[in-house]
This record gives sequence, structure tokens and C-alpha cells, in this order.
Amino acid sequence: MLELSTTAKNTWCPGCTNFFLLTALKNTVSDLIAEGYNKDNFVISAGIGCHGKLPDYINLNSVISLHGRDLAAAEGVKLANPKLTVIDIAGDGDAYAEGIEHLVHAAKRNTNVTLFVHNNQVFGLTTGQATPTSLKGYKGRSTPFGTVEEPLNPLLLMLASGASFVARAWSQDMDGTREIMKRAIKHKGFSIVDIIQPCISFNDTREFFKDKVYNLDAGWPTNDLAKAMEKVRENSGKVPCGIFYEVNKETFEEEI
Amino acid sequence: MGLFQKKESAPVYTFLVGGQAGDGAREAGTNLARLVAGMGYEVFISVEYPSLIRGGHNFARFSFSAEKITGDYQALDAIVALNEETIRLHLPELKKDGKIFADARDAAKFPGAFGLPVVEAAKAVGAPPIARAALALGAVCACYGIDLKKLTAIFEEIFQDKAGKNIELATDGFDYFKENYQPVAPIALLKKSNKKIIDGNEALAEGMIAGGLKNYFAYPMTPSSSILHYLAKRAHDKNLKVIQPENEIAAVNMALGSIYAGARTATGSSAGGFALMLEAMAFAGIAELPIVVADSQRASTSTGVPTRVGQGDLDFVRHLPGEFPRVVLAPGDPEEAFLLGGAAMNLAWKYQTPVVVLLDKYLSENAVAIDLPYNKVTAEEIKLGDGPNYRRYQLSADGVSPLAFPGQKDTVVKINSYEHDEAGWITDRPDLTKAMTEKRFAKMSGIIKERDKSEAIKIYGDKNSDNVVLFWGSVKSPLLEALKHTRRPFKAVQVVWLEPLADGQLTKILKQAKKVVGVESNFTGQLAGLIREKTGVAITNKILKYDSLPFEPMDLAKQLDAFFR
Repeated sequence: MLELSTTAKNTWCPGCTNFFLLTALKNTVSDLIAEGYNKDNFVISAGIGCHGKLPDYINLNSVISLHGRDLAAAEGVKLANPKLTVIDIAGDGDAYAEGIEHLVHAAKRNTNVTLFVHNNQVFGLTTGQATPTSLKGYKGRSTPFGTVEEPLNPLLLMLASGASFVARAWSQDMDGTREIMKRAIKHKGFSIVDIIQPCISFNDTREFFKDKVYNLDAGWPTNDLAKAMEKVRENSGKVPCGIFYEVNKETFEEEI
Repeated sequence: MGLFQKKESAPVYTFLVGGQAGDGAREAGTNLARLVAGMGYEVFISVEYPSLIRGGHNFARFSFSAEKITGDYQALDAIVALNEETIRLHLPELKKDGKIFADARDAAKFPGAFGLPVVEAAKAVGAPPIARAALALGAVCACYGIDLKKLTAIFEEIFQDKAGKNIELATDGFDYFKENYQPVAPIALLKKSNKKIIDGNEALAEGMIAGGLKNYFAYPMTPSSSILHYLAKRAHDKNLKVIQPENEIAAVNMALGSIYAGARTATGSSAGGFALMLEAMAFAGIAELPIVVADSQRASTSTGVPTRVGQGDLDFVRHLPGEFPRVVLAPGDPEEAFLLGGAAMNLAWKYQTPVVVLLDKYLSENAVAIDLPYNKVTAEEIKLGDGPNYRRYQLSADGVSPLAFPGQKDTVVKINSYEHDEAGWITDRPDLTKAMTEKRFAKMSGIIKERDKSEAIKIYGDKNSDNVVLFWGSVKSPLLEALKHTRRPFKAVQVVWLEPLADGQLTKILKQAKKVVGVESNFTGQLAGLIREKTGVAITNKILKYDSLPFEPMDLAKQLDAFFR
């Protein structure tokens, strides 16, 4: 396997689930290079948050941009050079709070960029505040009596916005995450993978999700928007993972 | 101090075409200006319109002369009125022997006005109301002895297959005038000229293209929007990607991504939109991304007076958040907009730092007849690097690290909004934080050399006078016209480079001066403040205008004469 590590000092908490996602990403990129992708053409864009340190730990072209603006920067990279394989990683704060307008519009214009959201439902780097996906009642440092807001359903929003690839992964399932990552990168058009990720310091959901996550059936029809919308709204107490929706559409870069 | 001896200037004519929004007054005025430009005259066109799509009063006014002309005048030789309101509003500005061209019904209320069958003829030939102005333009040709063919040729060029009705109406107007009225002293043909009518925004866009522009991402905001429109129109023949994303924050961050990937990219807005870009400007500063931003100022503050003139953003644009080298350039006319558009691109890319070009409504939307000096702008070479040992932020004496872009063989390019080491990895090491800050500021010495090679300051008028007038941006237009009329000598100093300011040169000028006055279109005298900050010299006398209208040359000449009395 290709060596994609760097010698930068890692500053994630010991046991942080980002280590899984880093490994999954490196493995995915290695797989793709083995399949013929050019290493020199990969670009990792990142926002600001714990996920945003990841570019230091992977020996690929990278942009650590601004909080919430990682996706806009990634779109600019792709527009300037459509040959590049552009992967944007974001936190739930970047993608669903600060930069949500870019998320909606990237899906709408079907820019050929892949977005992995490290969705730990908390601001970790700023030591534990609620995000748009925190469950109602989450007690963080800015909401000591619990949040009063219902969480956002980002995948429903993405389906409504015209995203052509919509998936969810569970960080603790490395193989499943790697497989979905690979399919997302290979997808032509805007792909989003909402990766549910426990934050072991400020929102440890390992136990909460352990028995709730399950994989979509192998025969799930990925071309049915109504079914996908229904599935991402599932309120059974279980959390489906996998590719809910995948269709081919002209990309922004092809059309412009 | 004796009176300043001036040579006699060639006569200046000023025509105005007005109507309600939607009447096509601005287009008709521009076509008339194009007509006299083609006859060899120097032309300056100003447009005035309220922030309404239909209904408000709209006009194009142009002054023309055999000699170079930098601004337009209020005193009118002719009014072409597409409605009665135009005559009422502008009659006080009409010279004693000035002429009015209007529809017969409106003209009947104003003795001496040339009544023309504007509405009736348009109906008769089935032309849309917007084409009505063509009849009046035909009559103008007959009145001033201008060959009608010159006007119809312009219609053919501009309207192409839709020119037919305009030509028909112009011919009707020409014939009607000949049959019913006496012509006046003709406007002579000086020479054939093919100069183009170009406004400040178009000139800036052309300059940026000449400086290597590949992509332009912007969200509309008056008076910067026509940069976006113009580049969008040229996108295919110039191979540009011109995109209007969801907001200014997207525009600038997409631009930074695009720049990282190697494409010369710019954005533009007015103060409100530029304010939304500030976080990204600081990102560009620390990540050393060569972004060019055009900021076209509007009058007053916030949403303000969108379609009017002001210079209130100088303090704002030079105070970008954080500490990093930045360049702020202020062109004063379309030719300078072209040259500085190109210079902005090259400065940004050679020194890998943000450059702001500061315009305003007067410059952005007012036009002149000009051949842009394309031979003076090219995309200059930059320092490049590659290979397995490439480090994006490699320390160097001049602060400029070689650029490389993603996709280059065996080269990893990492950029970062955090403080970083040479490889682009996040750091909080004090020694690296210090070294990187110093590295970025080391680029200033190169930038200052560029400034000193350029016309960072331009001097007009009496170069030996100890009276000094300081100004920047589009004040150039009325001020250089005022210079033709003032009775007292003065040295007019245009500050083109606002950041870094040519402080040494300015200090010398100010120390030698006896009387100094700053002329600005704002309330606080921001250029005066900047000069005091950088030179320690206080400019206490100011002629300031902040009513949303530009200075008028004759009025400004009177104020300057009173000051230097």
C-alpha cells in the first residue's frame, strides 16, 4: 500500500474516532490509486474543527480553509482544474451551520466534489457546544440547560437540494465507511456522506449508536428519490447507513 | 502671486438625453456620444439613474471637445427629451442658445423647443417605445449638420438585425427637421475615429483579462455588477469561467480555491459585499493567495445610495483584518482602470498577496472614447517550483516562495489558514509564527519597488506651484476639467497607490507647499487621514462632497479659486 502518512505531530485526543476516518480515507485513496487514479491529482479541502487537522496527516495536496468555507474553496479548485479529484472534509459545524448555504448550492449545481461530513453532533475543538445536529436536550457549555432546538436532518436537506449522491456512514464501521467513501469519490457529481462519529471527549455516542445503526439492504433502490426521502426520515429508533440515493446528472463543471 | 496664464481651450459641447427609466435614454445618449466620437471628438459620458427598473428619471449626459476631456459639465447645449419631465428638470441647466429636441406635445410648452413627431412616427412604423429616441437623434443630426449615414451605421453596429426601425425613425426625424426648422452652426467632422466607448468597469475587466484573468466569481452589487456582466459576455471568446454563486462569501472562497489550483481569479463587489469577504481576505493574506478584488463604491453608507457617487470606503478597504501585505490601487479614469486592472493581477501573482482595486460609481459607469493601451499589459512571469522536495512556504530573503499547483507531478501543495511551517502544516511554534510573519512582510520591499517604478502619484496643473490639491479616484474627472477654468495656479496631486502609500514623495510635496487642500467625495476626508497617518502631515483644508452627486467642474473651479485667493 502507498505511504500516505506524514511526520506531522498528531494532536487529536487519544482514541479519537478521527483516527478511524483518517485510516479509512487513506485506504480509500490507496485503493483508488491502485485502480488508476493519479495521486498528484487528489486535493483534500478541509474546514476548521478537529476534522480540519486531517490534511496535516495525509501526504496529499490540501487546503485548510476557513470554518464553513471548505466546500466553496473545493468548488473553486474543481472549477479551475476539473481534472483534479477534489474531496472536501467538513465538520457538522462547517457543513450544517456556518457554511450551510454552500452545501445547498453545491448540491443544487451538482458540482463534481465529494463531501465527507465528520458529524459528531458537537463542536469538539471549541470544547463542547451544540451544533445543528445535536439532539434536543444536549447539554453543552453554551447550552447548560439543554438545547431547545430539534436537530437538522442534513440528508433530507441534501435530497431536496438536488444532491446526486447521498449516503450515511458510521465511523466505527471502517470497512463500510471505506466502501461508501470509494463509491462517493467515484460518483460523477456532488456526493455527500454524512459520517456519524462519536466525540469521545464531548459527545460520546459510541454506546448510543452501537445497536441503532444498521446497513441498508443490498437491493436498496438508489434511484428512487421519494423512497430515499422516506428512508432518511426513518424514525424507528434505528439509524440506517449506506447509499440512499445515487443518480447521474450533468455536472456543473461540464455545463459551465 | 500672479494669475495663471492658460491657453485658450477648444469649445466644449454638452448634450443630455433624458427620459423615464425604460425609455432607452441612456442607450440613446451613448449612441449620440458614439456618433461624435466617430467624428474625432474626445468624449466623456456620464449616466444617471435611480435604483429603479422603470419610472425614475434617467439620463445620459456627455461633453465633447476637440481636446482631451476628462469629465462632463452641467451647462447644456442640447437636451434630447423623451418626456416632459426631462425638459422641466434640466431647463435651468440649458445655455442661453441651447436647443431642446422633444415630442411635439411636450415641446409646445417650451418656446423655442424643436417639436418632433416622436410618438406619432414610432406608432406609424410600429416601433417599440424604446426605439422612439432614434427619431430625435435623426433630428439632432439635421440640426448640427451631421451626416445621417454616420448615425445609421451606429444603429447597424449596435442593434444589428433590429436596426431597421431605428434607421427608419432616424430618417423621419432628419427629414422632418430639414422641412420645418433651420439648422444651427454645424458640428464639424474632425477626423475619422474608431475609438471604442468604454466605461471604467469594462476597462478594468479588459485590464484584468490582459493581466491573465481566467476566472471571475461575483455576486451582483451596484455599481460593480457590470464587471460581472461584461466578463460574462466575454466568457466564451476569452475562455473565462464567469460564475455568480450564492453570495459574496462563496464568490471569494471559490476564487481562493481557484487561485490555489493555478487560475488567475478575481472577484468584485461594493462595500457591503466586500465586507462579507473580509475573513477570506485574511485567509488570502496568510495563505499567500493572489486574489484581486474590485470594490466599486456607492454613495453614503450601508445600502446607501446605490447608483450614486461616493468615496467612503478607503478606510475600510485598507484595514483588512490581520497583518499581511496588501495593495490598494485607485484608478481615476477608464485608461487607469485598464492599466491598474492589469497591474493588480501581476502584483497579486508576483507577491502572492491580496490586491484591491478601488473604484466608484462615477468611474465604474461613466465612459470615454478610447483605444485601450493593450501593448502596456501582459501577464508577467512568476516564480514557480515543483518536485518531491517542494514546500509551499519555503522561507526566502524576498519572502516570495515558488508557486506550485495541485496536479503537478510528484509535488504536494499544502495551503493553510492557520499559521504554518514551510510545508504548510499547522503550527503554533513561536519561532515559526515570527518567521512566517516576517517572511510575508519581506514581500513589502518588492512591492515598494513596484510602487516606485509605477505612477503611484500623478501630478497635473502647475508643477511648480506651492498650492497643492490632493485627490484620488474619480475626482480626477471633474478636477482636471476644473483645472481648465481656475484662475489661480495649483499643483494637482492624484494619489493612485493608496497602499502602500508613496509617503516619501508625498512628504516632500507637502513640505514644499504653502497651501494644501484635499478634494474628496466623502465626509471625513479619508485620503487626508491616510496621508496624516503615513507622513505626519495634517491636511486641515478639505473640499468635501457627500450628497451623492459628483463634483461639477465649473463649481469645483470656483471653490478652488476661492480657496487659493
